[in-house]
Amino acid sequence: MFPTRAALLGAAGVIALLFAGTAQSPSAGETTVPAAANPAAVKIDNFNFTPPMLVVAPGTTVTWINADDSPHTVREKDGKFKSAALDTDDTFSQTFTAPGEYEYFCTIHPRMVGKVVVKPAGSSS
Amino acid sequence: MADRDENEAFGGARMNRRGVLKCMSWAGTGVLWSLSGGVPRSLGLVGEAIAAEPKANGFTFLQISDSHVGFDKPANPNALGTFQEAIAKINAMPTQPAFVVHTGDITHLSKDKEFDDADQAMKALKQKVYVIPGEHDVADADNGKAYLDRYGKGTQGKGWYTFDVGGVHFIALINVFNFEPGFKSAGLAKLGDEQLEWMEKDLAGRSTSTPIVVLAHLPLWTIYQDWGWGTEDAPRALGYLKRFGSVTVLNGHIHQIQQKVEGNVSFYTARSTAFPQPAPGSAPAPGPMKVPAEQLHSVLGVRTVNYVRGKSPLAVIETPLGA
Repeated sequence: MFPTRAALLGAAGVIALLFAGTAQSPSAGETTVPAAANPAAVKIDNFNFTPPMLVVAPGTTVTWINADDSPHTVREKDGKFKSAALDTDDTFSQTFTAPGEYEYFCTIHPRMVGKVVVKPAGSSS
Repeated sequence: MADRDENEAFGGARMNRRGVLKCMSWAGTGVLWSLSGGVPRSLGLVGEAIAAEPKANGFTFLQISDSHVGFDKPANPNALGTFQEAIAKINAMPTQPAFVVHTGDITHLSKDKEFDDADQAMKALKQKVYVIPGEHDVADADNGKAYLDRYGKGTQGKGWYTFDVGGVHFIALINVFNFEPGFKSAGLAKLGDEQLEWMEKDLAGRSTSTPIVVLAHLPLWTIYQDWGWGTEDAPRALGYLKRFGSVTVLNGHIHQIQQKVEGNVSFYTARSTAFPQPAPGSAPAPGPMKVPAEQLHSVLGVRTVNYVRGKSPLAVIETPLGA
């Protein structure tokens, strides 16, 4: 349900991830850009998840990148997904298929929280 | 006793970004503890007070903390190196401590290689090393499996345990598994019900004259809520300890010395062997702090704490060394 595309990738790994996302998209080659080929990003900076709330369409891969000197983790509050410890510039990606709200936090600094909202494009709520 | 003495961070706000290499000369230190008649006394930092000797009926033990093996950022490009340096200093002490405790954050990222390197470094010690995890040691995607596979054997629950030395009862608590996510709270650490019930049972039959030493990674009192520097359900644990005459709580996590006395309970946090962190609230966020060496030695390097048991309550006197 929550396939982890890539964990602990360095900067070079991000490029590989983008290729993978494109290759796996059923719409690859068409002119319409599918949601999955346009992954959203959350930057971890100065002990904050930015943006703190991200709204994406189902099928979107969200990538967190740690820009801090301190390591952080990304863990859904009920453990639906969890990264390993992300060192500086490490990334963690998660593909969201099911609509819903996913609250997550950093297990090393639990004050740090964020949310991913998955809803179909054009949905009003 | 003045607030300044009771609850002072080591001048974090005054530090700037110089002197990285020189800071290594102090970063690799541990805290030497002497138990004499059941009352712990800090004999100072290793290298500063190694001539101190325990009384005939006491013993010393040493606390190291927050080695963050694997850390390689500017605040300390070689955390394994300073950890090894601390261990070499312990081995060079003329009076060897009876054992060593490591109060967590052994590694930086919970990686096998980091645990391997830390283990290898600690093998150089002649003494038994009692360890507890910090949140950095259970940050693997498997929620602490890497730590527990290595250090969890023979422990209770999720790694907690007790041991007894020289009539002193040591309780090694773990408060890095049950963080309350900060959606609606401050994001403080928690011991959790299972561990607290175990602790209550462990203490139930013990004589109030038994000296107790509690080890935990995060402080068991709230030092700075905004940074999560505290343990939400610590009051319950302290409730079980209230009836004992001598209770000493040794923590790590905040990479600086802070202390507090409350009734018969004395709380102390230790320095890191890797890098300092800012004083509470003196920076936008906690984290590795680069420090200037020339200030360090006057502000940090030569401070020791003597624990002197007064009539009531326990008295704490701080005495700078080598000033």
